[in-house]
Amino acid sequence: MADLSTNFLGIKSPNPFWLASAPPTDKQYNVERAFAAGWGGVVWKTLGEAGPPVVNVNGPRYGAIHGADRRLLGLNNIELITDRDLEVNLREMTETKKNWPNRVIIASLMVPCEEGAWKAILKRVEETGCDGVELNFGCPHGMSERGMGSAVGQVPEYIEMVARWCKENTDLPVIVKLTPNITDIRKPAEAAKRGGADAVSLINTINSITAIDLDNFAPEPTIDGKGSHGGYCGPAVKPIALSMVSEIARNPATHGLPISGIGGITTWRDAAEFIALGCGTVQVCTAAMTYGFHIVQEMIAGLSNYMDEKGYASIEDFRGAAVPNVTDWQYLNLNYVTKARIDQDLCIKCGRCHIACEDTSHQAITHLVDGVRHFEVIDEECVGCNLCVNVCPVENCITMEQIAGIDPRTGKPADADYANWTTHPNNPAAPKEAAE
Amino acid sequence: MSAEQNSGTISAGRLSPEELRENFCDLHPALSVHEAAVEADRCYFCYDAPCVNACPTGIDIPLFIRQIAADNPNGAAKTIFDANIFGAMCARVCPTETLCEEVCVRQVAEDKPVRIGMLQRSATDHFMETVSEHPFERAAETGKRIAVVGAGPAGLSCAHRLAMHGHRVTVFEARPKPGGLNEYGIAAYKATDDIAQAEVQWLLGIGGITIETGKALGRDIHLKSLAADYDAVFLGMGLAGVNALTAEGADSAGSSDAVGWIADLRQTTDLSEVPVGDRVVVIGGGMTAIDAAVQAKNLGAGEVTIAYRRGKDAMSASDYEQEVAATRGVHLRYNLQPKRIHADNGDVTGITFERTASDGNSRLSATGEEVTLEADQIFKAIGQNFVPDSVSAEGAALDLDGGRIVVDDERRTSMNMVWAGGDCIAGGEDLTVVAVEDGKIAAESIHAALGA
Ligand SMILES: Cc1cc2nc3c(=O)[nH]c(=O)nc-3n(C[C@H](O)[C@H](O)[C@H](O)COP(=O)(O)OP(=O)(O)OC[C@H]3O[C@@H](n4cnc5c(N)ncnc54)[C@H](O)[C@@H]3O)c2cc1C
Ligand SMILES: Cc1cc2nc3c(=O)[nH]c(=O)nc-3n(C[C@H](O)[C@H](O)[C@H](O)COP(=O)(O)O)c2cc1C
Ligand code: SF4
Ligand code: SF4
Ligand code: SF4
Repeated sequence: MADLSTNFLGIKSPNPFWLASAPPTDKQYNVERAFAAGWGGVVWKTLGEAGPPVVNVNGPRYGAIHGADRRLLGLNNIELITDRDLEVNLREMTETKKNWPNRVIIASLMVPCEEGAWKAILKRVEETGCDGVELNFGCPHGMSERGMGSAVGQVPEYIEMVARWCKENTDLPVIVKLTPNITDIRKPAEAAKRGGADAVSLINTINSITAIDLDNFAPEPTIDGKGSHGGYCGPAVKPIALSMVSEIARNPATHGLPISGIGGITTWRDAAEFIALGCGTVQVCTAAMTYGFHIVQEMIAGLSNYMDEKGYASIEDFRGAAVPNVTDWQYLNLNYVTKARIDQDLCIKCGRCHIACEDTSHQAITHLVDGVRHFEVIDEECVGCNLCVNVCPVENCITMEQIAGIDPRTGKPADADYANWTTHPNNPAAPKEAAE
Repeated sequence: MSAEQNSGTISAGRLSPEELRENFCDLHPALSVHEAAVEADRCYFCYDAPCVNACPTGIDIPLFIRQIAADNPNGAAKTIFDANIFGAMCARVCPTETLCEEVCVRQVAEDKPVRIGMLQRSATDHFMETVSEHPFERAAETGKRIAVVGAGPAGLSCAHRLAMHGHRVTVFEARPKPGGLNEYGIAAYKATDDIAQAEVQWLLGIGGITIETGKALGRDIHLKSLAADYDAVFLGMGLAGVNALTAEGADSAGSSDAVGWIADLRQTTDLSEVPVGDRVVVIGGGMTAIDAAVQAKNLGAGEVTIAYRRGKDAMSASDYEQEVAATRGVHLRYNLQPKRIHADNGDVTGITFERTASDGNSRLSATGEEVTLEADQIFKAIGQNFVPDSVSAEGAALDLDGGRIVVDDERRTSMNMVWAGGDCIAGGEDLTVVAVEDGKIAAESIHAALGA
C-alpha cells in the first residue's frame, strides 16, 4: 500500500491531510477528535496577542451557496481569530501535542505589525511543543480593518518584513498564509520567500457576499439589519486556489518553495490535484465543517487507492507532476484540432448540446435530421470548444477527439507540427519572415 | 361490522370511518417544498423537450419546472395555466406514465422520469393556496355571445378561453353540478378535498361565464335555436351513454354499470353509506374498470377481480394503473369474455366467462373453455357511448362517426358555427387533458371566426 506520510519542512505527518486554522481547530476537544478520526495535523485556530481576546458577533456568522439537494457549495464567514484566552489555547495546545506526539500542530498567529508583538507571541507558542507557525496574513474581514490579516497580506513589503521578524525570532518553521484578495498572487509569495519564510500556504478566504436578502435589502448573514463582507471558502473556491497555487509553483522566483494547499478540498481527488501542483500538504476547513471529521477516511483511502493504481509508492512520486504542464496561453499548440463526438448509444436526446452550440456558440450540432430528433456534430462548423461536453448531462456521452488530416472547418491541415501564437502570422508581435 | 358477516351481500358500512378515510386519502400526497426543489433540479431543461410534445396541452414543462427550482412556484403555476386551465386537476388525473413522463429523457435514460405530474401539482396547489386573484384578465367585452353545452373539462376550458378573449359565454349543463367527469367520474382518491368544484369556481373567476345547470340539450334547449340565438356553439357533452353488455342476465340486480356507481360514490357525503359487494367482478380494461375495482376494494369488498377480454398489453389502463390496482389487492384476469351472469331470485351469484385467445393481430377467438367466478356484484366498465339523441333529435346536420361527432383540426363540426370537443368527438382519447385541449383549440378557432 502506498505510503501517505509526508515530510514538510522537516515536519513529519502520517498523511498530508491537515485541518486548516478555523473553528475545527479552535479547541483541544475538537482537535483530539480530529486526530482520533485520522487527520495528520492541524493548524490551530489563529491566536492573537495576550490580553483580552477579540469578540465575535453574537448573530449569524455564515452565509452559504447551495447546489441541488442543498449540497453546500460555498461558505462565507465573518468570524474573527480565536475569541478564547491565549493562555487557555496555549495550555490546550501543549496538552494535545503531548497526547498526540506523532501528529502535527502548527500555531497560526496574527498580532499587530510590530516586531515586539511577534517576538512575544513566538516565545509563548514555542513552549507548547508545536511543530511550526503559520502567519495569518489572509483573514479578509474584521481583522483587516485593524491593520492585520489581509491588510498585511495585501502589501508584499509588510509580508517580507513580518516573515523576517519571525525567522529572526524563532527556530520553528515559518509558513506564510496568503490571501487571495490580491491581483497577482506571485508578488506576496515572492515577498514571503525574500523574508525567509520556509513555505507558503494558500488560499485563505475570498471577500464575498453570498446573498442579499430581498425582503430586508441586507447582505447575508444579516446582523440586526446590516451585513459585512465575509470570507468565501468551500468547493466553489477550489478552481481559484488551484490557479494561485500553480502560479507560485511555476514562477521561477518561487519555484520549489514548499506549499501547503488550501481551498475547497473536499475529496481525495481535490487533494491529489493540489499535490500534483506541488503542494506538500493540504489543509481542509469547509468540508470538515460540513460533514465532520470522518471524511478524512475517504480522503486517505481514495488517495492511497489512486497511488496504488498508478504505482506511486510515496507522495513525492507524483508531487508537482502537473507543474510543467501549466503554461501560458501563447504556448498552446494551435495545430491541435479537436472535434466533438457524440456517442449515439449514450445520448438521451435532451438537446442541451444543440441549444448551447446553436444559441451561444457555433451552430455545430444538429437538432433534427430528416425530421427526426438527432444530435450530431457538424465538423464543418465545430471549433472544438467543448462547451457541449460540459453541458451534456450524460458523462462521456460527448468527447473531444483529435482529428488528423484536413480540418473541414478551416480547410487547413490539422496534424501539422506544433505551432503557437508566438509565431502565428496574425500576431503583430511575431517575428516576420525576412522575405516579406 | 366485519366483512365476514357481510359476505354474500351487497351492503354499506363494511369498514370503519377511519379505515375509509385512510383508503380514500390522496393517491399521491403532495410533494413537500424540499422534495419539489430536489425533483425540479432533476429536470435538464431540454431543448424542444419531448415532454412538451407529449403533453396534449403543450405546457412549457421545462420552464415551469425551472420556475419551481428558482423558488417561483406561482410563476410556475401561471406557465401551466397559460396552456391548461385545468392544470390542477390534470396534475392529479393525467396518466403521466403514458404522456409526458413516458418520454422524459430521464425515463429513457434511467427509467426514472422527472415527476412532472407531481411538480405540476406542487405549483398549482401553491397558487390555489396563496393567490386569491384569478391569474388571467378578460379582454374588453366584444359583445359576442357563445353557447357551450356541457360543463365538463372540454366545455369549461372552451368557455374560459372565450371569456378571456372578451366574449360572453353561457354554459348549459344537464346535471345539477358543473365539472363533468371531474365531479362525477374521476376516482375519489385522485380528486380529494372537493377539488373539482373548487377548480370550477376558481376558473369562473375570469368573469363573463354563466353556468345554467339542469339544462339538457335535446330536452330543455335545442341545437337549432342555440345556433340561431348565439354567435357560436361549442358541444362538450362527453359520453352520456354506456355500452350495453351483451351477456345473458346482464340486467340482474347487483349487475350495474361502473360509471353510475362511481358517480354515486363521488356524490356521497358519507362513504360508509355506499353499498358494495363482498365478491366483486368488474368487466372491462380501462381506467373506469380500475377505478371501480380499486374503490370497491377501498370500501371493504373482500375479493375484487377485473376480468378483461383481451391480454394484459391490450388493456387501455396503463401498466402503472394496473399496478395501482394490484397493490390494492385487486386480481387482474385477462382473456375472459363474459358469457352468462348467474342470478338467484334476481340477485347475482356469479358470472361465467369464456376464455379467449388473441392472435398476433389482436383478433380475439373463443376457446370454448369456460371459467366461472362467484360474485355478488358485477360492474360493467366496457366503455361509454356518445348518445347522439340530444343532437340528432334536433334533426341537425351533424356528421357522426362511430356514434361520435366528426370535427376538423380546429374542432369545427359539419354544422356552421358549431364546434365540438372532448369525449364526444370522433377520434378522442377519453382523457381529461385532451378534452381541455379540444376546448382551448375550439375557443381559438371560434375567436378567429368571430373576429373575421
Ligand atoms: C370512471 C372514469 C374515470 C376516469 N379517470 C380518468 C383519469 O384518471 N384521467 C383522465 O385523464 N381521464 C379519466 N377519465 C376520462 C375523463 O374523465 C374524460 O375524458 C373527460 O372528463 C372528458 O371531458 P368532457 O368535457 O369531454 O366530458 P365530461 O367530463 O363527460 O363532461 C360532459 C358534461 O356534459 C354534460 N352533458 C352531457 N349531455 C348533456 C346534454 N345533453 N345537455 C347538457 N349537458 C350535457 C354532462 O353532464 C357533463 O357534465 C375517466 C373517465 C371515467 C368515466
Ligand atoms: C469560520 C471560518 C473561520 C476561519 N478562521 C480562520 C482563522 O482564524 N485563521 C485562518 O488562517 N484562516 C481561517 N479560515 C480560513 C480557512 O483556514 C481556510 O483557509 C479557508 O476556509 C479555505 O479552505 P476550505 O475551502 O477548505 O474551507 C476560516 C474559515 C472559516 C470558514
Ligand atoms: S465543441 Fe463547441 S463548436 Fe463544437 S459542437 Fe461542441 S459546442 Fe459546438
Ligand atoms: S447534451 Fe448529451 S445527451 Fe443531450 S442531446 Fe446532446 S449529446 Fe445527447
Ligand atoms: S423531458 Fe424530462 S428532463 Fe427534459 S424538460 Fe421534460 S421533464 Fe425536464
